[in-house]
Amino acid sequence: MRTDQTRMRVLLAALAALALTLGVAACGSSDDSTTSGSTESGEAGAIQSNPENGKVSLTIGSKNFPEQEILGEIYAQALTAAGYKVKSALNLGSETVALKAVKSGQISGYPEYASTALTSFFGLEPEEVPSDANEAWEKANEEFEKENLQAFEPTPFASANAVGTTKETAEKYGLKTVSDLEGVSEELSLYGSPECRQRIDCLAGLEKLYGLKFKSFTPVDIGLRYTVLEKGQADLSILFTTDPQLSAESDKFVILEDDKEVFPAGNVIFVTAKKVAEEAGPDYEKTILQVQEGLDLKVVQELDARVELEKETPKEAAKAYLESAGYVG
Amino acid sequence: MIGHLPLASFTGAIEFIFSPQESNVTGGKKVGGFDKSMELLVKHLEVTVLALAIALLIALPLGLYLGHRGKGEQLAVGLGNAGRAIPELAVIALVAVLIGVGLPNVAPVLAILGIPPILNNAYVGVSQVDRVTVDAARGIGMSETAIIRKVELPIAIPTVMGGIRSAAIAILATATIAPLAGVESLGDFILNRNVYGENGLLAGAILVALLALTIEGSLALLQRRLTSDGLKVKTA
Repeated sequence: MRTDQTRMRVLLAALAALALTLGVAACGSSDDSTTSGSTESGEAGAIQSNPENGKVSLTIGSKNFPEQEILGEIYAQALTAAGYKVKSALNLGSETVALKAVKSGQISGYPEYASTALTSFFGLEPEEVPSDANEAWEKANEEFEKENLQAFEPTPFASANAVGTTKETAEKYGLKTVSDLEGVSEELSLYGSPECRQRIDCLAGLEKLYGLKFKSFTPVDIGLRYTVLEKGQADLSILFTTDPQLSAESDKFVILEDDKEVFPAGNVIFVTAKKVAEEAGPDYEKTILQVQEGLDLKVVQELDARVELEKETPKEAAKAYLESAGYVG
Repeated sequence: MIGHLPLASFTGAIEFIFSPQESNVTGGKKVGGFDKSMELLVKHLEVTVLALAIALLIALPLGLYLGHRGKGEQLAVGLGNAGRAIPELAVIALVAVLIGVGLPNVAPVLAILGIPPILNNAYVGVSQVDRVTVDAARGIGMSETAIIRKVELPIAIPTVMGGIRSAAIAILATATIAPLAGVESLGDFILNRNVYGENGLLAGAILVALLALTIEGSLALLQRRLTSDGLKVKTA
């Protein structure tokens, strides 16, 4: 149940986006930038279209869940505005598939979480992932360069796995941090993605580094992570810190603080092949960095909310973001 | 480390099935191996057999009865065709959201996949038994159920078993996506690229294929056994 305040905010954002598009259609101006309380105002300025870029074809990929698809759409639409010929492939199933696609040239690039890159690709333990966004990016970039790949600078927001539960369960067992689950977890069922069981940044990490044993673990599709909590099937569920439900439905769901830092937070870095970046010219990196400046945690949560809760398409959400932030007219 | 993403190879997949392999995301713990492969294979079989049993329970008596009466052809054949068009993943997702996840919810959804071929073939098999034979049986005083059991079904065995085999294979193949709704199966190897890698993916596919061949073979043997000798006579 959303509070009236949130509903108002959401309605305002939608109305503002609508007004903008109508206003733009009517008089062609593109400088309106204030809309909902949470999107950045357009100090960044509009993206300029460069006819030189029309010679370059890019394919922007992303993994196949809403937050990634929104990011992919934002980059794809921004690059189109900059004059590139852009196709999108927002359906890559996992980070290994996505990386393969970049290396083989099937896609030009995709947004990856720095923490995922460091642990999945480069074998770091979760505790070794730097908590500073720039450090993490630099470390990842060092490794990417060895493979003729490149990662652009990070987004303002970071996302991490989190152990989540309903407010009732948290209150019943006095749960504020993950460590609070000690002694209690044996009575609780945990639900997560099928690969969570063995991942060190998921269940395997909870077992090894927190020493927790759960009553059971059930694999479910990521899209069901809140459904299983709501239905009472799951006592605990693996959620993401950028999930819109955490702010929109904060009276229902809570996440437990990761006090032992088993779930590394990752800012998004755009991964691409060096060759692609060279051929595409300076506007490639410039546009991507420009357009992600406005992506702080609140904005991303709102964008996620539009797609996951209000059932907008990632394309629409991305468009609304670009227009309200003034990058695209 | 990044170069450690091997292309799938047949030998790599066989290695994966028999001995645990390194994985990038498990913090050092190995994945795969014989125990795990067998564990998932058994779980895969469990959900397949359960779903098949449900499908048989619903569709077989219904199909035999309708075929015997010669009624409901539209139903049987129509369901058969419509059933093949069901988007399983969508139905599983829908059930997961509306009702819940786990074996009690996934098995019936998989059973839905198996009902059309069983129903269709049971109907066709029985209804195509020569009416003269059936009349003769009636003539010597057999009850209707006895006719189904002792005359129509034995003659219809090849067709009926064909339907059951189709159903079994369809269910087995689709059980691969069961991990998305709380039921572990060989699909685990296939869905979790990050954990099991390319070799795990191929290994999962190989195991599912092997399982399918085994089930198909066993059911074919069963069919042979059940088909009375008189029906096995081949004309020159």
